[in-house]
Amino acid sequence: MPAPIRLRELIRTIRTARTQAEEREMIQKECAAIRSSFREEDNTYRCRNVAKLLYMHMLGYPAHFGQLECLKLIASQKFTDKRIGYLGAMLLLDERQDVHLLMTNCIKNDLNHSTQYVQGLALCTLGCMGSSEMCRDLAGEVEKLLKTSNSYLRKKAALCAVHVIRKVPELMEMFLPATKNLLNEKNHGVLHTSVVLLTEMCERSPDMLAHFRKVSLVPQLVRILKNLIMSGYSPEHDVSGISDPFLQVRILRLLRILGRNDDDSSEAMNDILAQVATNTETSKNVGNAILYETVLTIMDIKSESGLRVLAINILGRFLLNNDKNIRYVALTSLLKTVQTDHNAVQRHRSTIVDCLKDLDVSIKRRAMELSFALVNGNNVRGMMKELLYFLDSCEPEFKADCASGIFLAAEKYAPSKRWHIDTIMRVLTTAGSYVRDDAVPNLIQLITNSVEMHAYTVQRLYKAILGDYSQQPLVQVASWCIGEYGDLLVSGQCEEEEPIQVTEDEVLDILESVLISNMSASVTRGYALTAIMKLSTRFTCTVNRIKKVVSIYGSSIDVELQQRAVEYNALFKKYDHMRPALLERMPVMEKVTTNGPAEIVQTNGETETAVLETKPPPSGLQPANQANDLLDLLGGSDITPVIPTAPTREPASAGGELLDLLGDLNLTGSPVFAPAPQIAQPPFLLDGLTSQPLFNDIAAGIPSITAYNKNGLKIDFTFERSNTNPSVTVITIQASNSTELDMTDFVFQAAVPKTFQLQLLSPSSSVIPAFNSGTITQVIKVLNPQKQQLRMRIKLTYNHKGSAMQDLAEVNNFPPQSWQ
Amino acid sequence: IHFILLFSRQGKLRLQKWYTTLPDKEKKKIIREIIQIILSRNQKTSSFVDWKDLKLVYKRYASLYFCCAIEDQDNELLTLEVVHRYVELLDRYFGNVCELDIIFNFEKAYFILDEFIIGGEVQETSKKTAVKAIEESDMLQETVEEYMNKPAF
Repeated sequence: MPAPIRLRELIRTIRTARTQAEEREMIQKECAAIRSSFREEDNTYRCRNVAKLLYMHMLGYPAHFGQLECLKLIASQKFTDKRIGYLGAMLLLDERQDVHLLMTNCIKNDLNHSTQYVQGLALCTLGCMGSSEMCRDLAGEVEKLLKTSNSYLRKKAALCAVHVIRKVPELMEMFLPATKNLLNEKNHGVLHTSVVLLTEMCERSPDMLAHFRKVSLVPQLVRILKNLIMSGYSPEHDVSGISDPFLQVRILRLLRILGRNDDDSSEAMNDILAQVATNTETSKNVGNAILYETVLTIMDIKSESGLRVLAINILGRFLLNNDKNIRYVALTSLLKTVQTDHNAVQRHRSTIVDCLKDLDVSIKRRAMELSFALVNGNNVRGMMKELLYFLDSCEPEFKADCASGIFLAAEKYAPSKRWHIDTIMRVLTTAGSYVRDDAVPNLIQLITNSVEMHAYTVQRLYKAILGDYSQQPLVQVASWCIGEYGDLLVSGQCEEEEPIQVTEDEVLDILESVLISNMSASVTRGYALTAIMKLSTRFTCTVNRIKKVVSIYGSSIDVELQQRAVEYNALFKKYDHMRPALLERMPVMEKVTTNGPAEIVQTNGETETAVLETKPPPSGLQPANQANDLLDLLGGSDITPVIPTAPTREPASAGGELLDLLGDLNLTGSPVFAPAPQIAQPPFLLDGLTSQPLFNDIAAGIPSITAYNKNGLKIDFTFERSNTNPSVTVITIQASNSTELDMTDFVFQAAVPKTFQLQLLSPSSSVIPAFNSGTITQVIKVLNPQKQQLRMRIKLTYNHKGSAMQDLAEVNNFPPQSWQ
Repeated sequence: IHFILLFSRQGKLRLQKWYTTLPDKEKKKIIREIIQIILSRNQKTSSFVDWKDLKLVYKRYASLYFCCAIEDQDNELLTLEVVHRYVELLDRYFGNVCELDIIFNFEKAYFILDEFIIGGEVQETSKKTAVKAIEESDMLQETVEEYMNKPAF
């Protein structure tokens, strides 16, 4: 059989192939030849064949049938074989292969070979891709070689140890003794790899870190670094006039780890850091690489402020550098330090903002993040201008983040409501389709709360969607606003800018277009339909048209729309008397966190209030302790705790006090926190639809009672019953103070027997002014499905005349009409 | 360093060195993806790309792209120096190295790389020392005669 062709020959041949198919043919032919050669166990040409196989592997063709051959090459005595064998092993025999472990013995032998270059091959292979088992087996050999005086082997052994530690962290300890003398070497290769090894150990184990701090590693490193800088030109390690930058950077990195959170170590390296920072040449990339690492170290350890300022100034200079890489690196570092050294970074704000206009995507992203971090009350107008411009012109992948960032910043630092609304409008119209889903309810809430801007807002939103209603979030917000404030729109009441003339029909036109349009998402259509419905109470001339629209959608294919339309239809027909109340204007909502309440239902505007009211009550509210004397009164039955569901600013205290009221009771009532409102109380949910807790159609005429009158504190109850739900009684308490001093921190609590349920809304205030000059009102809703006699225990706490007062009382004089 | 890739401007792979373990299919996919990303970058952009949880540092030398994937805490500017040093080593060994040298002597390119970097970390910072080691290893390689006559095992 003729000798297999040489490697270079094969390469040349394959490169002449003009098509992929031709190449594949050649390769297949050669592979077949190689395979038969392997089968013949030919020792002479194995090496050549494997080399060819490796080439074909690089082109992307399968080469697994060469794995065992690599093993044979490694076991061979010939150096040429071993070289190719180990190369093949590194390329084909990673730890996922079954035969990987078969290498172990060969490597072990070669680690003890008489020729250092063979040992080197073994160390290299082990250090690049040895599996955990292999590392465990051979760690001892590596450790031995770590102590050799042969620097060629020592440096490789050090990196091999690094790999072993990465694979099997428990073995770290065994390398510790060998590290003692590592840094005494002159050889740079050994020094470098030793620093890497020490770094790995310190990063992984706090014990090691402490140990190395103790054995004065820092002074040693400082000395080495100093020598590097001070010593003259050394041609062997010089790069553009700097002596061994690789070693310098690694030492700086190790110093960073040692100095972190450690005053003594940080102290010891202050001088050298200052020296490096000021003396390093910055004309070439090398110098800047070192400066970069120095800055990172300074910022991360407990350095003195002068040094930190120096570091930030270096970063500032980097920002002005023409080299994009340097700017990139500067922005990354500034982003890391902006929290801790905010003021210093602010000084470079204008340069950072300029970077927004850079062409490089990564630079733009970092500049954007940094800009958001730098916005504050003083610069918000200017920064927003730049950021809005950026939003306009940036790539789509940025728009969502940028929009969210702008919303956040605007919320925190808006100088005026009008500016805030204008900014939001700008974002919605510029990047309306990229705005995140949760932004819509946030915006709606914001608009609701800016009461004086309603007319202006609705006018602007109307104008915005007139031209284009494809951006869903914009359309959703606009629909909602038009639904709420449509009356302001047609009456032309806008103060902030020139009011426009809009007729009711025109408004309905645009909403109907949204409904019909193919571009509108289902959610958006829901918004539009609800808005149209709401306008039935706000518009005067077009109610019939609205009725028609609503009834059309009663047969819509979209189930959500159909349901709404049917319900609204019912509102027109059977419940027309309730319509005004249900569709009343939304009240100012309690401010929630900037992330928005998770439960807000995006579709139906009405339910928003309900959900807000049923926000999870204080976490302090846990059913606690055992029964005792209390509450025999209520016939020995257990008490259900009161659910304070109105959103309060200090939920915790309310919960605690309730626990007090119920003393050491055994609260066997069902869990009454967040889920409760949904489980228990449909009537209350319906309540939530109106902004005021009262029904418009209640039967009047239930006599009010004085529930409590003692020490100058009088509490009256007035009652209302609902026509639609006879189990619900709404009690309004009024507390007045006839003494000559105010009562402060007034808290009213109530408990009812188990068959009842209670809902307590927020009081109007916590101070009862003296001389009956004012009252606190609070609303209690009682659900009494079994029509039992209403009884109540109340607890009052307040401060009066400098002392804390507290009283418990029973209310038994409920008029029959209030519960029968 | 997690891996090093060398590829031509036409997207042909000339060298791949992996310091982490991944299935073959995964490697191929990554290579395709990265080649595409880097070849589509224009002159005016920086040499760094954020990719997954790594950073790609790349530089073009004549017709070859050299690309390293580094971890978050590694120094990007220094990695550029590492790439440059590798090119210098190749240059010293081959004498005015060009892409063809690397194509036809890919195994030597690997040997040189292995004298410079082990396990993703630099092992030798002296150009002289690294090249000397390769040259001496080359000397150890048997001549054709020696090779034929020496017993294999």
